[in-house]
Amino acid sequence: MADQALLRFRLDRHSGLPIYRQLVEQVRQALHLGILRPGDQLPPVRDVVGQVAVNPNTVHRAYRELEHQGLVEGQAGRGTFVRETLPGADDPHDELRQHLGEWMQRARRAGLEDEAIDALVVEAKRSTARTERPRSTAGAEDARQMEHTGRTGPTNRRKGEERR
Amino acid sequence: MTAALEVQGLGRRYRTRWGLRHCDLSVPVGSVTGLVGPNGAGKTTLLRVAAGLARPTEGTVTVFGAPVHPNGTEHLNRIGYFDQIHPLYRRFRVGEMLAVGRRLNPQWDDEAAHRWIDELGIPLGARVRQLSGGQQAQVALAVCLAKRADLLLLDEPVASLDPLARTRLLQVLMGTVADRGTTVLLSSHIISELEPVCDQLIILSASTVQVASPIDDLLADHRLLVGPAGDPPGVDGHVISTTRTPRQTTVLVRGSTVPIPAGWEVLEPDLEEVVVAYLANPGNGADPGSGAAGPGARAAGPGTGIVGSGADGGAL
Repeated sequence: MADQALLRFRLDRHSGLPIYRQLVEQVRQALHLGILRPGDQLPPVRDVVGQVAVNPNTVHRAYRELEHQGLVEGQAGRGTFVRETLPGADDPHDELRQHLGEWMQRARRAGLEDEAIDALVVEAKRSTARTERPRSTAGAEDARQMEHTGRTGPTNRRKGEERR
Repeated sequence: MTAALEVQGLGRRYRTRWGLRHCDLSVPVGSVTGLVGPNGAGKTTLLRVAAGLARPTEGTVTVFGAPVHPNGTEHLNRIGYFDQIHPLYRRFRVGEMLAVGRRLNPQWDDEAAHRWIDELGIPLGARVRQLSGGQQAQVALAVCLAKRADLLLLDEPVASLDPLARTRLLQVLMGTVADRGTTVLLSSHIISELEPVCDQLIILSASTVQVASPIDDLLADHRLLVGPAGDPPGVDGHVISTTRTPRQTTVLVRGSTVPIPAGWEVLEPDLEEVVVAYLANPGNGADPGSGAAGPGARAAGPGTGIVGSGADGGAL
């Protein structure tokens, strides 16, 4: 079954990106490159799990995120299928990429080497970091939950992207 | 929903030493739970008690709602157990070992067992004692998995496996979780290996439960504060660890909700950092409000060893 999969996933354990986000990015990249096209089936969760030894919940979460982004749709009993493609020109991060390129040229002209540039980037990332990490879902539909004792969450708890 | 494994007030004493004490845990059905802690902390004891191989000194253990009776057929049919002693008959040939599995286990998947052994290149005619340690581990794991149990109790399953065998085992394990909703409780020293496969984590240290939590919540609840020498002013929550140099202080705090003081940086720790901090500071982990604590601090009732975030002082 894995031989027929159109896409092979890969995990970067040291990237700092949550695994489900890595899977989302790899599908998005495949859409950009035309490796996956509308109508194609995403590898079934079972097969992904057999390939990259991740918790099935993580794959479910990635596919849900892609569905949330309008890129795929799950068809009960049949699998998850690509709905939309992602042409490069429509990449929502195009403008950011362009600005970054301009900034990078200015940094180089100012004489900054890679290390100094990296340090500036890290500092900027940290100063804008979300102070929230996504929480596990507390929904009834996901059977794999820890039993809570009915306490309410802390005031800073927000629903957001799930980590896995 | 019944938990796959539930322990309340669990304690196990070995002569003068307690291997486990005051343990309250609830492992949900279908979860993959990692169990970490120093050697001697009680990980093996917990798994053996759950498997019915060791009797608790105090407290109760239930598997899928039923009390654990060491030789109860119902219990034995629902669990699969693996440890470093590789419960195999050393004089048996590999093929005979699989035959034992087939005869003793009603849900035995003989085709899968033979397929795995074949893929591993282990000859059915070899005697168990002639195999390498890694091969014995693989045979023991194949027997464990072929049982098609609902709860797998695995004590360092990948410790003696080469990287390829490790990957293969975890793939098969995740496959059975995807196909059958198998509940897995596995111990390991390698956090980076546990992280992709586990959704829950239990940290055992000083013979008791320091942490029992979904991994997402664990990471969401903890922050690293980095700042100048001295303590961060006005920070709430529970400090797990503090590291100081003459110029800099780094604090791992749980359940902090106030804004970060000026001059301090807030970082998101990774799972390994959080685990190491708890292991290095076993006394600090016990938060009286959490229920996952030492004597006298336990809250009543099941599930209190498992913590989501709580309003009670940022309990883990």
